[in-house]
Amino acid sequence: MIVGLSHYLTVAAILFTLGTLGIFLNRKNVIVILMSIELILLAVNINLVAFSAFHNDIVGQIFALLVLTVAAAEAAIGLAILVVFFRNSGSIAVEDINSMKG
Amino acid sequence: MTVPAFFFYLFSSVAVASAFMVIAGRNPVHSVLWLILTFVNAAGLFLLIGAEFLAMILVVVYVGAVAVLFLFVVMMLDVDFAELREGFLQYLPVGALVGLVFLVELVLVVGSWVTSPGITNAITAPIPNPAQVTNTEAIGRVLYTTYVHYFQLAGAILLVAMIGAIVLTLHHRPNVKRQSVASQNARTRDTAIEVVKVKPGEGL
Repeated sequence: MIVGLSHYLTVAAILFTLGTLGIFLNRKNVIVILMSIELILLAVNINLVAFSAFHNDIVGQIFALLVLTVAAAEAAIGLAILVVFFRNSGSIAVEDINSMKG
Repeated sequence: MTVPAFFFYLFSSVAVASAFMVIAGRNPVHSVLWLILTFVNAAGLFLLIGAEFLAMILVVVYVGAVAVLFLFVVMMLDVDFAELREGFLQYLPVGALVGLVFLVELVLVVGSWVTSPGITNAITAPIPNPAQVTNTEAIGRVLYTTYVHYFQLAGAILLVAMIGAIVLTLHHRPNVKRQSVASQNARTRDTAIEVVKVKPGEGL
């Protein structure tokens, strides 16, 4: 049994779905939502690397590297905002984030 | 079952199971630990597919930096996480429905599409033979030449993120005494010392 491109894409699809499901299920907890976003970005990275390897083109791995950079920056900024919000309001529940009335 | 297939199924099943535990875990600290397991298994998948550099970067950056950052923040915030989990089951039906539809659509797309035979003509930077050029060197040859602007842009993004995180979380408390080096250096003999003539027996 040969592991092909579609195997990797299926794994990435399952991880992506679990990430979106996590955003749905943990609608109150910002930390788990941020972790779900990390899962989604990981699924995208698996897709990029799988296409890169099976199509023999290294550019996909370059893009995966850039996605990884953006994911790290996003986690840092998101957690900083979370810490500031917790310091100001004493809560991280999503439904409490309504002071801008958006 | 061959050895690569065995390891593929091992890594992918553990990754999927731990990703499920990330979103279903009761305690966010456990969720972070499951997230670390997911990343390590994804790094194993990358190794299987021949992307060694990305696998190591995934372990170093994600497990070593991002996941530990999550762990710090989760442990630093004094939040009642049980209260946050109320309503978890309330969103389960619609969440499961959307997730199922999404997964079926994705698998249908993955299962039904075929690669164009002309794909080999579209390769911009072919992967060299791993026996002669390592994966890291191959990435470096492309990243520092063709994609050097993207590389610098990524560095700029990281710099902006670092400055943004510092600016967001830094706050000066108003009633704390601090050392002011400038005013210390600006002190002169005239401002610091006062000569007083004291008459004997009277005091100041």
